[in-house]
Amino acid sequence: MGLVQSLVRIARLRSPWLFHLNTGGCNGCDIEFSACLTPRYDVEQAGVLLVGSPRHADILCVTGPVTRNTRAALEAIYAQVPDPKVVVALGNCPASGDVFLGSPVIEGPLGRVLPVDIFVPGCPPRPGDLIRGVAQAVAVLAGRRTGHPSAAKGAKS
Amino acid sequence: MSWGKIFTALFIFPGMLYAVPMAWLMLWLERKLRARMQGRIGPPFYQPFFDFVKLMAKKPILRSRADAILMTGLPLLAVSAGLVALALLPVFPGSRGFAGDLVLLVAFIEVPSLCAVLAGFASRSIFGQVGATREAVLSITYNLPFLTAVVALAYSAHSLALADIAAAPATWVRAPAVTTILLCLPVKLRINPFSVSNAEQEIYSGPATEFGGSQLAMWELAHGLEWVVLTGLAVCLGLPRTGAPVIDIALFAGLSLVLVVLLSFLAAGTARLKVAQAARFYWRWGMGLALAALILAMLPGIERFIR
Repeated sequence: MGLVQSLVRIARLRSPWLFHLNTGGCNGCDIEFSACLTPRYDVEQAGVLLVGSPRHADILCVTGPVTRNTRAALEAIYAQVPDPKVVVALGNCPASGDVFLGSPVIEGPLGRVLPVDIFVPGCPPRPGDLIRGVAQAVAVLAGRRTGHPSAAKGAKS
Repeated sequence: MSWGKIFTALFIFPGMLYAVPMAWLMLWLERKLRARMQGRIGPPFYQPFFDFVKLMAKKPILRSRADAILMTGLPLLAVSAGLVALALLPVFPGSRGFAGDLVLLVAFIEVPSLCAVLAGFASRSIFGQVGATREAVLSITYNLPFLTAVVALAYSAHSLALADIAAAPATWVRAPAVTTILLCLPVKLRINPFSVSNAEQEIYSGPATEFGGSQLAMWELAHGLEWVVLTGLAVCLGLPRTGAPVIDIALFAGLSLVLVVLLSFLAAGTARLKVAQAARFYWRWGMGLALAALILAMLPGIERFIR
């Protein structure tokens, strides 16, 4: 049993699959996110794959301040990611609401809707920061590290 | 065939013990070569194995019982069909199969694609349904030249046993027939330029979009086994055997990998076609070549008839 569990832990470290969701951001973080897949950064050498379906994913990368329109989609997609899963907040918007905070059409920041494990601040964060965030998320997946304290408490709503 | 031989073929060579690591190796090779040709480093060789283990360890999301049975059963059926098809391959010239195993092989090769069509509709997702429809259309498209080529080979060897066809002396029929089978490989493996049914960035993963965890792991494995079966079939039909088992196994594995390299070059160098373009290609060029093979196979008979 111990062997199987350690094999699974190694596998989770080596094969993180990301699902990327924009909840009404300005697309800046998304462009930096796509840069990770290019030859310069090539996250696939660490086993990272960008998948098109939340059911295939391990890590949910959210950009944007969570507008009222996207909240239902965000919650549905979070529910479709099979356990174990980790939520990464990319950029300032999902972390704090950034310049959109206080707007009547914003339901965020993301911490109010979902339990967020890893925050990657920046407007937008550089690809290197995103890769570091993914590495932290992978450590959470494999149980080597705990997520942000707010994730342990669960979504506040 | 004795039970021992059947067991060996199913579980040792060219069955499970050989095919599963080989499937992972081929999946990795394809990803790695594509990455290298795009100027990236690409995943390490153990990547498909760890992907499989990770997916197996994920908690599936519960569905209604009817859906759950279908969605678990279909990928399993695809994997087992792949293994049976492998066991039928005539790798050794001495290992006589049985009369008509060609028909069985052709049927089992088609099962994973049929499972993908059913799975796309069973998952009730719009992407799955679009993918399933495309897979069904393409299956009609490529099976016409593929089956014609197989019929030509069987006709020229006067046998429906794979071992006889593989051991038959090289004739003028074999070149166009094997070329047709090679032409059908990229569309059967759903790689560029014929990655129409699982078109990523377009319909996500096509039929597999709604599958997660262990079900997705089984799809990946079934896809890997398809690589092993189809490249293996082309190698078995296209090359003469030496008779020494060790050399035969090495030739079989090595040439399968060479085919994977060539297919990866094709996949990395081309862009996706539309369904109609793919259909036109197979019905024009594939079918033309296959008909040429069939006519060549029937020539001796026609000559006799005229005389």
